[in-house]
Amino acid sequence: MTNQTSFIFDTELHLVVLTGVSVTTLVGLRAELHNVPTSSIFLHTHREYLAHDFQRSNHANDFARWVSTALHEEALAEKLAAIDLLAFTTMESLREALINTVDEYLSALDRPSPECRAEEAFHFCQSRNFVLPTGLVAKSVNDFFEKMKKLSSASLYFHFFEARLRLGHRTNDFSRWLADQGRRDLADAIDGLNPYTRTLDELREDIVQIGIGAQGKA
Amino acid sequence: MKEHVEDYRPIVGAQVIDELLLLADRVRHRSLQHINSTSVGGGVAEILSRMVPLLRDLGIDTRWDVIKGNQAFFAVTKAFHNALHGGDETINKEMIQVFRDTTEINLQDFDTFGDVVMVHDPQPVGLITRRSVVGGRWLWRCHIDISTPDPRIWEFLRQFVSQYDGSVFSMPDFAQRLSIPQFMVPPSIDPLSEKNRELSDAEVQAVVERYELDPERPILTQISRFDRLKDPLGVIQAYRLVRRHHDCQLLLAGGGATDDPEGQEVLQEVREAAGDDQDIHVLELPPFSDFDINALVRGSTVVIQKSIKEGFGLTVAEALWKRKPVIGGAVGGIKLQLLNGVTGFLVHSPEGAANRITELLANRELRQAIGDAGHRYVRDNFLTTRHIRDYLLLMLAIENKDTDLSLLTKP
Repeated sequence: MTNQTSFIFDTELHLVVLTGVSVTTLVGLRAELHNVPTSSIFLHTHREYLAHDFQRSNHANDFARWVSTALHEEALAEKLAAIDLLAFTTMESLREALINTVDEYLSALDRPSPECRAEEAFHFCQSRNFVLPTGLVAKSVNDFFEKMKKLSSASLYFHFFEARLRLGHRTNDFSRWLADQGRRDLADAIDGLNPYTRTLDELREDIVQIGIGAQGKA
Repeated sequence: MKEHVEDYRPIVGAQVIDELLLLADRVRHRSLQHINSTSVGGGVAEILSRMVPLLRDLGIDTRWDVIKGNQAFFAVTKAFHNALHGGDETINKEMIQVFRDTTEINLQDFDTFGDVVMVHDPQPVGLITRRSVVGGRWLWRCHIDISTPDPRIWEFLRQFVSQYDGSVFSMPDFAQRLSIPQFMVPPSIDPLSEKNRELSDAEVQAVVERYELDPERPILTQISRFDRLKDPLGVIQAYRLVRRHHDCQLLLAGGGATDDPEGQEVLQEVREAAGDDQDIHVLELPPFSDFDINALVRGSTVVIQKSIKEGFGLTVAEALWKRKPVIGGAVGGIKLQLLNGVTGFLVHSPEGAANRITELLANRELRQAIGDAGHRYVRDNFLTTRHIRDYLLLMLAIENKDTDLSLLTKP
């Protein structure tokens, strides 16, 4: 949330909603990837980034993890895990990339579509999101970087991950506001940070350092 | 002891508590009522007894009511429970009538309902028929594993469940094809309870020695009731494989075998398998052993939960919270708690468990890294505070069905 002069820090809280849709085959996964709402695609590709703030597991998205642990199709799991989330600015294009990856794999498969036991089924979920103001408001660019130091992980996640992809803002909220303040240099520097290769703590620290660097030059 | 949300601030961090306070502001004008079937004993009562005072401390007008039922009613609901678990139970017309009659008696007794009513598990599910008179928003909170229910009993219960505004399950695997929204809220552990609170090294050592374990040598521990689905014999097999290369002790501790004929049988099998090995310690713990369990887990080197079938398996979260590396069977909720290779190891066989135990015993740094990651994962995902947050979110979600909550402002 921004206006001309102030940056209002919001936070977002999630409830997981169960869709009741489960699949046990790769063909089934392919079919439901096409049907489920984009909020389900977002949840299953982003859940791990908010769930914990340490070393990523081998498969940072739920689809890759399931293909590996339940279907034992390691090559496909690697391909799904390697999908560059930063390359997408709309959820529909990310959905398409997932479907294409599975399609290519299935078309090259010279055996029946892999299947797992019922107890290992993939359960599609989606999330219900609640956005609330944190009460933190930055009144200037310097104040923005000061407030950043104590920003919660959930708020950081909302303004960085959610704003860019799920809400379709194409960049993160911080960069949009800084650009509006005439600080394109800082906006670009923050936009250049890849949130998918950092923990939220590291991301926050890197943003704070960009602010310190700017003050040093001033 | 009166619980305060602020007591959790040093444990979970300011961000979590501040978020709870923000959220509580949005629902403080609405009352919440929990209804279940028992005030003591069992996981639901344990969670509610900790959570209700904390919800009140947050300013939420929270009631907790318990339905009445005689022995016949609880025998029927026990049979329902087993059938929902996929067990082989005969449910006849008389049993259904007992259920309906008791529901009717409770409907006459209850005269106060909250703005949001959360009904826990199948026993009080029939109270929903009062909703048309008293109004409010009603949620059915299912704590049990209904992934493969007996279709006959599920069809009977579904006629009640489908009248609720929403249902709440602990895991995605438990979801059903239902016309009402289904939310996922995993269970939680309380970091300030007797079973989980911090203990001093001296307290831990005293308990370990009281049970005649050697604190100087590695201890492998599984805390579980004596049940074949917890695979205690597989754990002994894994221990024997490990012992080829590492000196260690095995602790199998659990309660509840005295009034459970099958439990007694399994306990006997475990004792026979242990034979005269002085390093295998089989403990039958009495009820209210939470302090001892806490200390025994803290005194362990590696914790095992080698279940073959499992509901959620909160013993895993309890061990992770104590920074213990955990090896678990790749079943049920254990899969949600152990991110393989990061917060623990998932295994499928005694041999797999033995390999991972050997790896952990040989590498102190790995034990520490996995233990620390597990602790942080539980802190962020499986503590009481997260459970309370989810319940507050449920109150918002169920009251604002068609509203874009991103636009919701403080009332």
